[in-house]
Amino acid sequence: MIFLDNLINGLSLGSIYAIIALGYTMVYGIAKMLNFAHGDVIMVGAYIAFCALQYWGFPPVLAIVAAMAVCTALGVTIEGLAYRPLRQAASLAVLITAIGMSYLLQNTALMIWGANPKSFPRTFINGTTLRIGQLSVSSATIITILANIVIMIALTLFTAKTKMGKAMRCVSEDRGAAELMGINVNRTISVTFAIGSALAAIAGVLLCSSYPILQPTTGSMPGIKAFTAAVFGGIGSIPGAMLGGVLLGVIEIFGKAYISTELGDAIVFAVLIVVLLVKPSGLLGKQIREKV
Amino acid sequence: MSNQSKHRSNTKMVPVPSGSIVPERDFNEIPVLETRHLGIEFGGLKAVDDFNLTIGKTEIAGLIGPNGAGKTTVFNLITKVYEPTSGAALINGRDLHGLNIVQASKLGLARTFQNIRLFGNMTVEENVRIGLHNQIKYDMFSGILRLPRYWIQENKQHEKTLELLHIFDMEKLADERAGSLPYGVQRRLEIVRALATNPKLLLLDEPAAGMNPRETEELMENIAKIRDQFQIAILLIEHDMNLVMGVCEGICVLNFGRVIAKGTADEIQRNPVVIEAYLGKKKEAQA
Amino acid sequence: MKMTRAKRSKIIYNIVTFALVIGAFFILQSMIDAKTISRSLKGQLVPICCWIVMAVSLNLVIGISGELSLGHAGFMSVGAYTGAVISGVLVNLYGVQDTTLRLVIAIAAGGVMAGIVGALIGIPVLRLRGDYLAIVTLAFGEIIRNLVNVLYIGTGDGRVYSSILNKKLPEGVTMLVDGAKGAVKIKPISTFMAGFILILITLVVVLNLVNSRAGRAIKATRDNRIAAESMGVNVTKYKMMAFVTAAVLAGMAGALYGLNSSTVVPTQFTFNQSINVLVFVVLGGLGNILGSVISATALTVLPEVLRAFADYRMLVYAVVLILVMIFTNNPTIRAITSRLFAPLKSFFRRAAKYAPAVGGAVKELGGEEEGEEQKHE
Repeated sequence: MIFLDNLINGLSLGSIYAIIALGYTMVYGIAKMLNFAHGDVIMVGAYIAFCALQYWGFPPVLAIVAAMAVCTALGVTIEGLAYRPLRQAASLAVLITAIGMSYLLQNTALMIWGANPKSFPRTFINGTTLRIGQLSVSSATIITILANIVIMIALTLFTAKTKMGKAMRCVSEDRGAAELMGINVNRTISVTFAIGSALAAIAGVLLCSSYPILQPTTGSMPGIKAFTAAVFGGIGSIPGAMLGGVLLGVIEIFGKAYISTELGDAIVFAVLIVVLLVKPSGLLGKQIREKV
Repeated sequence: MSNQSKHRSNTKMVPVPSGSIVPERDFNEIPVLETRHLGIEFGGLKAVDDFNLTIGKTEIAGLIGPNGAGKTTVFNLITKVYEPTSGAALINGRDLHGLNIVQASKLGLARTFQNIRLFGNMTVEENVRIGLHNQIKYDMFSGILRLPRYWIQENKQHEKTLELLHIFDMEKLADERAGSLPYGVQRRLEIVRALATNPKLLLLDEPAAGMNPRETEELMENIAKIRDQFQIAILLIEHDMNLVMGVCEGICVLNFGRVIAKGTADEIQRNPVVIEAYLGKKKEAQA
Repeated sequence: MKMTRAKRSKIIYNIVTFALVIGAFFILQSMIDAKTISRSLKGQLVPICCWIVMAVSLNLVIGISGELSLGHAGFMSVGAYTGAVISGVLVNLYGVQDTTLRLVIAIAAGGVMAGIVGALIGIPVLRLRGDYLAIVTLAFGEIIRNLVNVLYIGTGDGRVYSSILNKKLPEGVTMLVDGAKGAVKIKPISTFMAGFILILITLVVVLNLVNSRAGRAIKATRDNRIAAESMGVNVTKYKMMAFVTAAVLAGMAGALYGLNSSTVVPTQFTFNQSINVLVFVVLGGLGNILGSVISATALTVLPEVLRAFADYRMLVYAVVLILVMIFTNNPTIRAITSRLFAPLKSFFRRAAKYAPAVGGAVKELGGEEEGEEQKHE
């Protein structure tokens, strides 16, 4: 029973990682950069949803929409102001900028909302608990897992069927060639950031529905772990992000339950290191060869 | 075409058992490079297939072919940037199988790159000194503690660097940042840096790309001069046919990853298969 | 041997660096002797030394070797814990009372231990490239912090007891490291003099390394990995050399830092701390050692002097990281700034005619900073 409990918790946490990882993997695949600030966009999304529910009296669905809207705008703005000027720069410079952006978001949030943790309100997401025999499952768990599956299918269809999705795949394959074919690379990258950030908002709400403590650093650890998940599944691959996220969530919960609570994070990072050493391209990723 | 054979000493080329030709003077020596059925596949695509070439100890050889024929891939196979999926390459009779780029370089291979790969933030002198990395050595601690060995070896490196830069009259540029040099000078610096490793075989990937005719002419003289002075073999990839025909003793033509012709400059120029590869079939050309 | 222009400006750069550090030391030391130094500044002296060493050593990895390491605070914590434990063991078990001897042994041990950890981490990490390397160093930094959090070390009955996770040590053991409480009951023995000497050692090691055969190999690997390999440079060896040297220096700084207070807790060495050091390096200029010394000092002193700055410190740091990167890496902005500074440059060039030595140094400073961009291929 405990095993099943842990498994369900793992799947739920893993689904959150998977949704965050989608943002990382799409941006990494298309803009070829590690958007370190992605985790903090989650935090912003959660705060917006929190304010909408707590102070502005929005209904839950509208609160989520508001969070998504703000995060989308934020993601596109970050990309345009900080990352676009560095499109031709070395990856070292871009990564340092992204780290700076992550700190900017965290500290701006600190100034707006303060350091005291806020407790995320109850909504339909985490309102009820289902009992199946001895097993009790929070509605947040079920909604998180369902949301993950829906998002994953929607994104796969989007990249396969729509014009913008195809443009994304082109830019990811060869930016120069895509440009020559008349694809607006900057716009494609903006859209990628928009989608990733909107997903981050959803992830933020789901994360805080399951773990209702909200503070400016809420997003950073899940963010880093989700990147680990994206690498685990194979960076650039949408099903990979899903698989990596879910596996990582399960590994983390089981590690905490059966090995040590304190070493939970260490176990997750050990997974990252082992994956990168054994199969650097991840579970479902492609190997990239440097052109000489 | 009159100036073509100016730098090409009237070498007599003789066939060797592998099917290639080498200069008569190198016939009794171990060939500096010998490839046997060398090939590589990228996901089912045979980028280079069944590549056989023998280069004599002091030969200047040319590797030509249309764009995308697999010429640079051959370089990458020989220098172990890629591991071949079939066949073997031998340097001075030593099989390169299982060696990495560094080990291959230590056997006497040095190369330049099609897309220049200098150490852009370092000075010209430092670039050449990297070439001397395994020639004039001292350990890390002598360097940190500035032991006598450091001063002696640093001096040696400096002298040798100036000597090498003199080949292209570049001593004055020793302190310039390599990345800020004009394109043609960068190409020359790459050659100097490669020479500093004291190679037996120098691989030049489009050395004349981006050079004007006068510079190309100078380069041609220098390639011949380098071979004479250092007594090494040179294999070059080049699209400038004046240069190839003017300086190369043996020429190998590649198309779609396969060798379509081998021979001397005169033979290659007359070879109908080569003409077809470059210009297309006559019928198509007329149509 | 004829001295080239580049060589001369390098020597001047080194002399300026050393002169600045030594001069600052003597001024501060005489202020301490004359008791004219403020209490808060005096308390900051050893930490400043530690942060300078941290910044210079991280610059070796980021600026010279070109790899973004995000776990530098991890090495510092290894050094701090090792130093605290060694110092405690020396007192409790061997009755070593001489503080200088204890400090020297503790710092050396901190360096060695961090070096070993650095080598163990470096073997897997340095096979990776770019962003992956950065994220894995971050992961290792967190793993070190996690492990230290569940580490228990104590002395008693003439021996050292240690355990990991929640296993209790026997009764009556004097705790040296107590899990999440950190290293406890440390007798502070660090001195400003020790910090000063550590800075000198760091500068000698890093500056001499950079201007040697090994240093050139490290820089070549940064500028173009494949070309360096083709020239017969063993890339992994030299990346490892920079990484482990930096880890040793960070470990020594950590030991000095740990032995400057009565407790060391794992939360002192989080990812945030690694980012702080990264800010020192970025602001001082990637690859610019003197710049790291100055920015580490300034950014450690500034929050103490300016309360307003202390409140917005992290916010300012974030903006600094973003702006410095955009200003030094965006071609358009670089063109604009270089045009703005053109009159200034020509002034220095004219000045250089009359005072070639100074002009060389100025050019070198500018050049070092400029050198970082254009690494992309």
